[in-house]
Amino acid sequence: MRPFDYQRAPSAQAAAELGAAAPASRFIAGGTNLLDLMKIEVERPETLIDISRLPLDTIEQTDEGGLRIGALVTNSDLAADPRVRRDYAVLSRALLAGASGQLRNKATTGGNLLQRTRCYYFYNPAMPCNKRDPGSGCAALEGENRIHAILGASAHCIATHPSDMAVAMLALDARVEVLAADGSTRTIALGDLHRLPGETPHIETTLNDGDLITAVTLPAPPGGRHIYRKVRDRASFAFALTSVAAVVELVDGRIATARLAFGGLAPKPWRDRAVEEALVGQAPSPALWQRAADMVLGEAQGHGSNDFKIPLVRRTLASVLDAACAGEK
Amino acid sequence: METSLKMDVPVQHSLLDSTNQNIISRPIDRVEGPLKVSGQARYAAEFKLPGMAHGVLVGAQIGKGSVARIDAGGVEAMAGVLGVVTDFDLFLRNSAQGMATEAPCQGVREIAYFGQPIALVVATTFEQARHAAQALEVTYEKGEGRFDFDAEQGKAQPKDSTLSSQGDIDAALAQAHGRVDGVWTTPSQTSAAMEPHASLAHWEGDSLVLYGSYQMLSTNRMQLADALGLDIEKVRIRAHYVGGGFGAKLGIAAESVAAALAAKALGRPVRVVMTRQQVFETTVRRSNTRQRVRLAADTDGRLTAVAHETLTANLDGEDFSEPVSAATKFLYGGANRTFGNEIVRMDQVLSGSMRAPGEAVGMLALEGAMDELAEKLGLDPVELRLRNLPDRHPGSDLPFSSRSLAECLTIGARDFGWPRRNRQPAATLDGEWWIGLGMAAAARSNMLIKSSARVSLQPDGRALVETDMTDIGTGTYTVLAQITAELLGLRVEDVAVHLGDTTFPPASGSGGSFGAASAGSSVYLACEKLREAIAGQLGGDVDTLVLSDGMARMGNISVPLADLDTGPLDATATIEPGETGENFVQAAFGAHFAEVGVNAHTGEVRVRRMESTFAAGRILNEKTATSQCYGGIVFGIGGALTEEMIHDTRHGAIVNRDLAEYHLPVNADVPQLKVRFLEERDHAANPLLAKGIGELGISGAGAALANAVYNACGVRVRDFPITLDKLIADLPDLP
Repeated sequence: MRPFDYQRAPSAQAAAELGAAAPASRFIAGGTNLLDLMKIEVERPETLIDISRLPLDTIEQTDEGGLRIGALVTNSDLAADPRVRRDYAVLSRALLAGASGQLRNKATTGGNLLQRTRCYYFYNPAMPCNKRDPGSGCAALEGENRIHAILGASAHCIATHPSDMAVAMLALDARVEVLAADGSTRTIALGDLHRLPGETPHIETTLNDGDLITAVTLPAPPGGRHIYRKVRDRASFAFALTSVAAVVELVDGRIATARLAFGGLAPKPWRDRAVEEALVGQAPSPALWQRAADMVLGEAQGHGSNDFKIPLVRRTLASVLDAACAGEK
Repeated sequence: METSLKMDVPVQHSLLDSTNQNIISRPIDRVEGPLKVSGQARYAAEFKLPGMAHGVLVGAQIGKGSVARIDAGGVEAMAGVLGVVTDFDLFLRNSAQGMATEAPCQGVREIAYFGQPIALVVATTFEQARHAAQALEVTYEKGEGRFDFDAEQGKAQPKDSTLSSQGDIDAALAQAHGRVDGVWTTPSQTSAAMEPHASLAHWEGDSLVLYGSYQMLSTNRMQLADALGLDIEKVRIRAHYVGGGFGAKLGIAAESVAAALAAKALGRPVRVVMTRQQVFETTVRRSNTRQRVRLAADTDGRLTAVAHETLTANLDGEDFSEPVSAATKFLYGGANRTFGNEIVRMDQVLSGSMRAPGEAVGMLALEGAMDELAEKLGLDPVELRLRNLPDRHPGSDLPFSSRSLAECLTIGARDFGWPRRNRQPAATLDGEWWIGLGMAAAARSNMLIKSSARVSLQPDGRALVETDMTDIGTGTYTVLAQITAELLGLRVEDVAVHLGDTTFPPASGSGGSFGAASAGSSVYLACEKLREAIAGQLGGDVDTLVLSDGMARMGNISVPLADLDTGPLDATATIEPGETGENFVQAAFGAHFAEVGVNAHTGEVRVRRMESTFAAGRILNEKTATSQCYGGIVFGIGGALTEEMIHDTRHGAIVNRDLAEYHLPVNADVPQLKVRFLEERDHAANPLLAKGIGELGISGAGAALANAVYNACGVRVRDFPITLDKLIADLPDLP
C-alpha cells in the first residue's frame, strides 16, 4: 500500500470538489474492493476522500413512484428494504447472490457500481494488464480466461464487470445521479455509466474527475415476474460465470414485456434491447428461447478456457425464460 | 523416571479399557476453545517483542532464471525501511518436506519457480515493509522453464522404490469378464490453512528463539538449525497454537530463515508473515496427478487385476512424489497387480504432503474405476467392494491389524438408504435437478512415529503434560488431557497440557494422522509409570490401584493424590514404532455415501446429503474426531467439485492465488454431514488401540461425489474438479 493523504469530506459538494482538485484520488465508502487493491498496489491513490459519513444512506420514494437509493445505502440494507423486496425483487435477489453477509454490510450502492474487475492478471502487478498499466498488454487474452468476457471485449482487454447488483439495476432501467465538482447534477442511464474497453480499458466509466455518484434511481415498479439467476463455481461467495436478471410480464399467454440483463459476460452489465423487442408479443417456446439466445450471442467470442460460457448462457437464458413464463398461462 | 515402549508386539490390554473414568472417548469440548474464541490463544504473529521490526518477503517475478542484481538503494531510502536482507546462499529456495532432518534446498540466486523468495525488506511497520518490498528493484536473467505438464509428461522418470508388479496384468485384462481402463487427472491444490505462515525471530546471544506456525517442531528445529549452521541446542521453536497446516507447515518455509537472518543482521526481533498470495506461491502444493487405472474382474465380480500407474510433478532435486496408489495396494484383492509412479520435473512451486498425500487423489481414480466396473458387471457398487476385500495384503500377504471395512460398507449403506438407489443414471429429477447417489470406500494408512512426553504430578494433585507436540486445530490439547485424566483419575480441568515448545520432550508432531496416537501413547506410557510409582508408594500391586476423583485407592487405603508422600513425581515416556508396523497392514477404513443434485440446465453440482461411517480403532474424543472427519470430507468436496490451483503455462505463475478465486467449499456448499464411528480396537497400532483419523475423511469422499454425479446425470468426469463446464455439453435433455 502506498502512502496516501486522507480527507473526510464534510459534504457531497466538498467531496466532488476535492476529487476534482486531486485527480489521483479515490472516494472511499465501504472500501471492500478498494482497500484490497491498495494493499497489492493495483490501486495507488494519492488521496482518499472519505464519503462514508455523508447523508446519502436513505431510500426514498420518488414523485414518479420509483425509488431513489442513496449512494451509501449498504447492499445489506438495500436487499432487505421491504419496497425493494416487494417491487424490485430481482434487485434484492441479485444483491443477496453477491459476496457474503459481512461484505454486504460494508459495501455500498455507489461503490458496488464502481468495483473493479476480478481478472486474475489485473490482480497481479507482475503481469501485463492494459487496464492496470496501459500499453503493457493483456495477459488474459492468451492466458487463463475461464472467468473472462465473451461479449463487448476488445483485443486490449477481456475483463468482466463483476457486479450482480448492477445487472439487476440495468434490467430495471436504473439511472445514476451524479454530482459534479462545479455543483451541477446530471443523471446517467446505468447502461451508459460503464464504457467498453476498446483501446482504453483503463477508462472504465463516463464519469469525470470529481464526479460523485449520489444516488441510483429506479422508475416505478415494472411488475412482472422477477428472476435473478447466477451461475457460479460454488454455491456462495463466487463471482458469476454468467448471470441473468429477468423481469418478464405475460399477458394472455404472450410476452408483454421482457427486460433481460446479463452479468459475467462482458466488461459491463449487458443488456440487448433487440432481444427484448423480439420476445414481445411472442408465445413462450423453446424455439423462441433459442432465437433469443442466438441474438444475445450473435457477436460472442470465446478465448479458450471461457468458450463454455457460450453454451452456458444459452442454457441459462432458456431456463430463466422458462421459469419466468411458467404457470402464467 | 523414564520409560519407553517399542511396538514390537501387539498390546494385549490397554489401561484405557479398565480405568472406567468415562473420560476417554467422551465428546467433550476442546479445552483451549475459550482461549481461542476470546483471542487469548496467541499464534506466532501475535507475539510482540520489544523493538520488533517487520519483514516482508520479495518473490521472484519470473518462473525460471536467476537474479542478476538487486538494487536496494531506492528502497533503503524509503520511510521506515531498516534494511533489505538477503543471502543468496542461506535463504530457503524451497520449503522443507515433512520429517526432513536437514535443511531444505537453499540458495536463491537461481530462480526455480515463480514467486520464489529472494529477499526480505524490513521496516519499522508492516505497512512500510510491504510497500518497500513491492518497490524493490530486481533485475533478472530469464531462463527457459518447464511450465506445461502436458508437454513435459513424456519425459517422466520412474521413482524406482514404488514400482511393483506381480502376475500378468495384460493377460488378466484380456481374459476378463469386465474391465475398466481409464485415465484420471487431478489438479494442483493448496492447503489454504487459515493462518498464513508466520515467524517471529529473536536472538538471545547466539541462540535463536523462533515463534513459528509449524506442525512438527522437533524436525523443524533440525531443519532450521541446519539451514543456519547452528547447533540444534541453539535453536528453540515455539508454536503453541497453529491455525491449520494440512501439510503446508510440516517443514520450515522461507519466512523462518529470512526472519532469523534479518533479526541477526539488524540486532532486533523480526517478524515475517506471508501474504495469502505468498502462501500460494512459495510454500508447498499438492502435485497435480495423471493416473491410469486398470481393473479386471471375472464373472463372479472378483477382481483379477488391479493396476494403478501415476504421474506426479516436482521440482528438480526433490524426491517427494505423491504416493497416489498407497491405498490401492491393499484395499482390494486381485492376483495380477501393477503399480508405478513416475515424476515429471516441473519449474513450479514445491510439491509435498497435503492432507492424505496419496489417498486424497488416488482414491478419486480407484473408487471411480470401481464404480465403472460395478456398472459393467451389473453389480451394486457396495456388493462389488464387499466381494473383493482381501483376507490379507494382496501383495505382501501380511495380515490386517484391524479392518472393519465390510461393517462400514454394510452399516453405512443401510443407514443412508442406499438400497433405494436407482442404478439407472439420469433417472431421478427434483425440479430442474438431476439427483444421484454415489458411494466410495475410505482407507488411510496408519502410522506410529517416535514421540516423547513428560507427565508430572503436581503437589496440589493436578497433572502437567509437556511435549513439543503441536495442536494445529485438531484437538491435541484435549485428547492428551483426556488420556491423562482417564489414567490418573483426575478431572480434565485438573490436567494442564503444555505444547509447542522445543524445550519440551520431542514429539511426533502433527502430520500423517499419527499425532494423536503417537503423542497420546507417550502420555499413556508416562501415566502408566506414574501409576506404578503411586502403587509403590502405597505399598501394593499396581493392578489393584484405583485412581479416581483425585484419590488413590488400594484395598482399604484411600489417599488424595495431593497428599501422596512422593515429592515431585514425573515420568518421561517414549513410544517408538516397532515390528507391529512391519508385520501388519495398518489402516483406518470407512465408507462414504453421497447424494448430489446436478442442475439440468447449467451443470452446477450441489451436495445434498453425505453420510460417512468410519472405523479407526479407539476414538479418543468423539467430538474432535467427528470434526476431523467433517474437515476431511469438506476437503473431499473441494477436491471433487471446486478446488484447482491454476498455473499459467507461459511462466508457471499461479493465476488464482487468493481465496476469492481458489474455490474452497464454503458453508453453502456443504450440507450437514453425518459421521458415525464403529467400535473398534487396534492392538497392533499402539497402547491406546487407536488409529489415525485426521486424513481418513478426505479419502474416498470426492469419489463418492463423482460417482453420485454420474448416477445423477449419466456424465462421467475423470478430470477433476467436476466443474460445470465439463458437464453441460453432455447433460441429458429434460423429459
